[in-house]
Amino acid sequence: MASQQAWMNNLYTNTGSSSFTDFLRGYAPEMLPDGREALPAPVGDQIPHATTIVAVTCAGGVVMAGDRRATSGNMISNRDMEKVFRTDEYSCMGIAGTASTGIEMARLYQVELEHYEKLEGRSLSTDGKANRLATFVRQNLGAAMQGLVVVPIFAAYDERIDGGRIFGYDVGGGPYEHQLYHSIGSGSIFARGSLKKLYRENAAPDEAVLTCLQALYDAADDDSATGGPDVTRRIWPVVVVITADGYRRLPDEEIATLVESLLAGRMTDPDGPTAPLR
Amino acid sequence: MPFPYASPEQIMRDRAEYARKGIARGRSVVVVQYADGILLVAPNPSKALHKISEIYDRIGFAAVGRYNEFETLRQAGIRYADVNGYNYNRKDVTARALANVYASQLGMIFTDSIKALEVEIVVAEVGETAEQDQIYRLTFDGSVFDEQGMAVIGGQSDTVATRLKERYRVGAPLAEALDAALTALTEPGGERPGAGQLEVAVLDRNREHRKFLRLSGPRLERLLADATPAATPESPPATPEGGRKPPPTAPEGDIDTGSEPPL
Repeated sequence: MASQQAWMNNLYTNTGSSSFTDFLRGYAPEMLPDGREALPAPVGDQIPHATTIVAVTCAGGVVMAGDRRATSGNMISNRDMEKVFRTDEYSCMGIAGTASTGIEMARLYQVELEHYEKLEGRSLSTDGKANRLATFVRQNLGAAMQGLVVVPIFAAYDERIDGGRIFGYDVGGGPYEHQLYHSIGSGSIFARGSLKKLYRENAAPDEAVLTCLQALYDAADDDSATGGPDVTRRIWPVVVVITADGYRRLPDEEIATLVESLLAGRMTDPDGPTAPLR
Repeated sequence: MPFPYASPEQIMRDRAEYARKGIARGRSVVVVQYADGILLVAPNPSKALHKISEIYDRIGFAAVGRYNEFETLRQAGIRYADVNGYNYNRKDVTARALANVYASQLGMIFTDSIKALEVEIVVAEVGETAEQDQIYRLTFDGSVFDEQGMAVIGGQSDTVATRLKERYRVGAPLAEALDAALTALTEPGGERPGAGQLEVAVLDRNREHRKFLRLSGPRLERLLADATPAATPESPPATPEGGRKPPPTAPEGDIDTGSEPPL
């Protein structure tokens, strides 16, 4: 009860910023994932890692998709993990790297955006959101040096330009804005090669969704840590579309149809669609 | 200088009287259940100073009284909800727990401080079904009332509540519930506040993620057009015969702007 008392008083005197993490740092710092504790030995491959995420801009918005696999070294530790998170009505983030750290970062980031919005009565600007996430990544730098690396990708619908924007990060923070498309994670090299050839500027959102699915398939094709569509278990990639209408996660049935047509195409042409040479 | 003696009963009575007067000076706020959730309506010309707010996924907040005081309560409620939702799970944040936090804080301030908070608040939570909806009304002394279907706070709350009860129907659609709320908030024969004079929000159980939605601009205007009573021919004659009428509701609460209270 005594702690409850101190906490309520703290609530009443806290009239500072609208940041949830700043508030938490004063009230309950132990709840923050600050990466303060030094590990006896780097953990490296022993804990689950999340892999490939792709994001592309489309007409009036942005599409993000992620595979479902998590790996610990050579072992598949999770087949149906979700690595793309809704952060608010007009933005989302995907994570690559240490799964646990990434999930916690996404959860905190979601509260951070919402907390600001509720207290201030307005949403942060897209640049403000991207910068805030950079701070989160930088705060994890100590842990990253010990092997708990997590690198997010952030995508949002920006009403000022009536279109989508994509931001990338490195372990030290960022953000780096990417025009058109971006990919993170172990399969990102292959996904990016695929995106480079299949990306069409101002494509309709459903076209952009196909581009993402093709890129993820190409990543899974060449990277062992990226999971392809699991037809037997019916586990499909997570795909979200953000436009002026807000955040929408595509239902599994819709993705199943798209993936099945993609697979049918690959049966005759295993390397997927080709880009015109001239 | 010796203090004149005042009995504890007298002190508490004076404090309650002071708070009650302050709260009655503003305009009423109506919180009412409708078919898809809970509707919150406040006559409020200010676009910046809100009387209605979102607290969490399923929880809304409405308040009357002194703006700086209920704004502090609102922010505390958001911090409380966000800390608990982050620490446990989003499902673990409930209106009941929040109402208890508010009640203990209000009660403590009422007994310990020289001045009670001049506020009355409603904490509403929309459930999966209408039976699970909850509306809690809290007064300046920390009393909690578990309201059924509707709550009216501030201003001439008894009169407004009586008018609301006459019009209110359980399971009414949104437009009808808004009509009932506006009828209750308008003095008989008075003119209804327009979209620019109203702050309206819903907790809609059919929405995904966050149930709270502020209705404003064209959306509110359309809804107000739907909410105009069918018996419109009756109301025009009322205005000319009365000539130029005083404002339909109590004068805009100086209490909200934080300026000097009237003598």
